[in-house]
Amino acid sequence: MRRSVAIRLGLFIVATLVSLVYLAPTFVHDLPPWWSSFLPTDRIHLGLDLQGGSHLLLEVKVDKAIENNVERIKADLTNVLRDRGISGVSVERVQGTQIQLKVPAASVERVRGLLKSDFPNLTVVNTQASGGTTEFFLTLSKEEIRSLRDYAVDQSLETIRNRIDQFGVSEPVIQREGQQEILIQLPGIQDPERAKEIIGKTALLEFKLVDDTVNVEDALKNGPPPGRQILYGYAGKGEGAVGGEKVAYVVESRTLMTGEYITDARVRPSSQLQGPYVELILNSTGARLFEQITAANVKRRLAIVLDNRVYSAPVIQERIGGGRASITGSFDIKEARDLAIILRAGALPAPVEIIEERTVGPSLGSDSIRQGIISFVVGISLVIVFMIIYYRGAGVLADVALIFHILFLLAILAAFKAVLTLPGIAGIVLIAGMAVDANVLINERIREELRAGRAPRSAVEAGYQHALPAIIDTNVTTFLSGLILFQFGTGPIKGFAVTLCIGILTTVVTAVYMTRIYYDYRMVTRKLTGISI
Amino acid sequence: MELIKPGLNIPFTNYRHIAVVLSTIVNLLVLVLLFTQGPRLGVDFAGGTVVQLKFMQKVSVNEVRAALGQLGTGDTVIQDFGGEGSNEFLVRLERTSIEIGALGEQLRASLSKQFGPNGFEIRRIESVGPKVGKELRERGAWSVIAATVMMGVYIWFRFELRFGIGAIIALIHDVLVTIGALMLGHYEFDLTIIAALLTIVGFSVNDTVIVCDRIRENMRKIRRESLEGIINMSINETLSRTIITTGTAIMVLLALFALGGGVIRPFAFALLVGFFSGVYSTIFIASPVILFWEKGAMKRKSVAETVVQKSEVRAKRTK
Repeated sequence: MRRSVAIRLGLFIVATLVSLVYLAPTFVHDLPPWWSSFLPTDRIHLGLDLQGGSHLLLEVKVDKAIENNVERIKADLTNVLRDRGISGVSVERVQGTQIQLKVPAASVERVRGLLKSDFPNLTVVNTQASGGTTEFFLTLSKEEIRSLRDYAVDQSLETIRNRIDQFGVSEPVIQREGQQEILIQLPGIQDPERAKEIIGKTALLEFKLVDDTVNVEDALKNGPPPGRQILYGYAGKGEGAVGGEKVAYVVESRTLMTGEYITDARVRPSSQLQGPYVELILNSTGARLFEQITAANVKRRLAIVLDNRVYSAPVIQERIGGGRASITGSFDIKEARDLAIILRAGALPAPVEIIEERTVGPSLGSDSIRQGIISFVVGISLVIVFMIIYYRGAGVLADVALIFHILFLLAILAAFKAVLTLPGIAGIVLIAGMAVDANVLINERIREELRAGRAPRSAVEAGYQHALPAIIDTNVTTFLSGLILFQFGTGPIKGFAVTLCIGILTTVVTAVYMTRIYYDYRMVTRKLTGISI
Repeated sequence: MELIKPGLNIPFTNYRHIAVVLSTIVNLLVLVLLFTQGPRLGVDFAGGTVVQLKFMQKVSVNEVRAALGQLGTGDTVIQDFGGEGSNEFLVRLERTSIEIGALGEQLRASLSKQFGPNGFEIRRIESVGPKVGKELRERGAWSVIAATVMMGVYIWFRFELRFGIGAIIALIHDVLVTIGALMLGHYEFDLTIIAALLTIVGFSVNDTVIVCDRIRENMRKIRRESLEGIINMSINETLSRTIITTGTAIMVLLALFALGGGVIRPFAFALLVGFFSGVYSTIFIASPVILFWEKGAMKRKSVAETVVQKSEVRAKRTK
């Protein structure tokens, strides 16, 4: 018995010391230099609602990525058919992700063979023969679609991570959520609107030729001729900002080149009249392609299109070698810098949409912390005073256990890098009110046993023994609901669930096992002749 | 100190008929209110945007509305937040930044016109798309239902089926009463309310566990007493525990309610109501359910017992 008390007491002293070590970085401002060399330096992590910052949930429009992919396959198919000299076949994209082929009877077998050999990832869902033509309906296989979706989300995540890294945010959280969502947390961010601009842009850069033979007015009235499309730009201001004059361009639908060959993008200072511009540096393939394009189209206008918006459409004066191109447009230095970031990080494979945003300013966060601390101190003081009044000595014991419970709870939060949120603080306060419950159950039982005429010693033993099943059951039920909450919750609510669950574990340890050491110690020293309860 | 004197014997089960009728009426009213009027949903569940604004000088709701201009069109609610003299407002917009675009920037621009660029502060913006709102709403409702059933199953597993049924019915009562109180108090339902409801489910069942634990103990110890007597005795014996364990939780909740700030207040309110209701439902709902259940079982059992007794008597005679 004596030994068991000593061992348990030793364990608690060790646990207390370890807890203090884990909490020191949070509460002590300047730790000595030797500390950081081998002791923990992590402070308790504060959630976005306490330190300020942005929480964004993006949905990747994966269907759009699949449509884009089908569109590409359609273009390939058209090219292959032309190369093989199969004529009279029309290729259309229908119902979003299906390709419809109209094949003259004479070529049906050749087309069939070609599909099998060159496009194994397409499956024929339907064929209809009517008159002299056969219609094929083609679609991507289910596995193909699934892997395209996954790729679109993973690639978006990677691109967004690149953009955020370049934007410069400390400790961002960027992770995939569910099927097609991306969760982003940007702690302490000053300009959330700008961050959203940078994150949310698809940034699909395309080079297209302007068709000056078509009258823009006519095209606007009657729709563009086949193979042409109308795109808009804003005169006087880049970036499509509202306010500039809207200008229509008739361009060839064919994309000559995309931004995939960009290796670097830099902001260049203003030259003469223009504002700053963004210089693109292309890789060798891109450089060759760009040289070919410019050589073949001297004196024509080349539209530089970003996300279907024409930035500029300069006339190609001569063949451009060396793999450098530039995007001008009258933007200010900040816009130019953001554009460079986006172009460097590359395009998103599919558009994204912000479906949830929570931004908290830093001043609200510190107010919340203050309110949390005040209600914590007041709430816990009420409990402490009540327990002393109601149970006297045993109440003091319960209060000591309560204080150790809070110490352990905070230490575990720090050690496991759990995130403390405003509901999390509320959880700590609430748990403090529940922590003494186990002591209430034990003390009430001891009182009952004493009333039944038992000696103090056996009353204590019976009290702990009989109260224990109910203590375990009550804590298990609360713990279970905490787990469900953890499963369900997001951000701040998860923080509450975490403090609730950890708090329940620490209360059982301190309220039951720690207080028992005291009684056992008094039994060992044979001083347990009366109990203040 | 002792709040409840030992030897107290209130015949709680005698009031069970009144309690059951009263609680059923209250619960039905809440259900009717829930399905006709519906709860006021916060942006978490309804979608939309909520903006918390702080002004450097005294500003009225109408001034804020005027300053919002174009942004304030549609169903916009502006309310005081954070109490007297704090000059904080909560602006609820129907639309989200997805539809409006750079909402924060536009907001800053239109407020600057009225109050100057340093006359106000945008402290918080929360925008939730309608799809996310619907998903959160469904998951929230399911998690509360799942937790309630799980508590019942746990009690069933640890005690008996009838105790589990009693616990589930008591929990449904607590959740409904809390929802009703929140609706009466014009509180918005959001994620923190779901957190509160789940906590209520996890905590309210504690009193039920304590009473059940005592009922089981007394049933073993005292064979002669009727079940009704045992339930009454057990409730009385554990009454001080029930009151004090909930009481300490209520102390900290009062502190949170009064001092925790605007975000925490609805959460603390819900828990206060739920915990009070938890004490009531343990005494007046869970225990009677056990009794009703038992009486139903008794009828069947007593018929069986009399058959057994008769056959025993017959067996004796033949000897």
